[in-house]
Amino acid sequence: MLIFSVFKTLTDQTVIVELKNDLLITGVLKSVDQFLNIRLDNIQISDEVRHPHMIAVKNCFIRGSVVRYVQIPADAVDTQLLEDATRRGSRFCYKRCPKFPD
Amino acid sequence: MDTSSAGIQEPFDLIRLSLNERVFVKLRGDRELTGVLHAYDGHMNLIMSAVEETIMVVEPVEGAPHSQGSVNYVKRKMEMLFVRGDGVILVSPPSRT
Repeated sequence: MLIFSVFKTLTDQTVIVELKNDLLITGVLKSVDQFLNIRLDNIQISDEVRHPHMIAVKNCFIRGSVVRYVQIPADAVDTQLLEDATRRGSRFCYKRCPKFPD
Repeated sequence: MDTSSAGIQEPFDLIRLSLNERVFVKLRGDRELTGVLHAYDGHMNLIMSAVEETIMVVEPVEGAPHSQGSVNYVKRKMEMLFVRGDGVILVSPPSRT
């Protein structure tokens, strides 16, 4: 729940999603769900030579289980708040997100 | 059970005490990370900052047996990173010396 709420606060930020097949997708995070499935808009593939079939794709839905990493903008998260929320337990939320109330 | 004391009752307490400290994370696929741990959950999903990733790549050497390829380490730095828990093998707290 905690990580889910962190991702909800990151909507409309540009993130880099790295998949388990080494595909790197840069895009604007549009939405996320409890499985950490991710919807990205305006995407760009970092290695188009190796993944030419992805050039034409402009937005996508990524199944959470195929994600290895998500690189997020460092200034978009409050690390102190994160640590406090983690200590309280993962069922708690990171912060209230007006766009997606719990 | 009093889990607020410094004592470690369950495995996750070890990770909780490593919050805001530099940790070493071993991942599937011959990957290792070091970085400052900021958040985790029961799946071992992690959020870390100032991350350095090391990927071990074994390059086959011609003529040498398969087990004797040369090992290369590829390093990469990332500012703030979410790591999906299903790839995590171990999280090790900083060495307190």
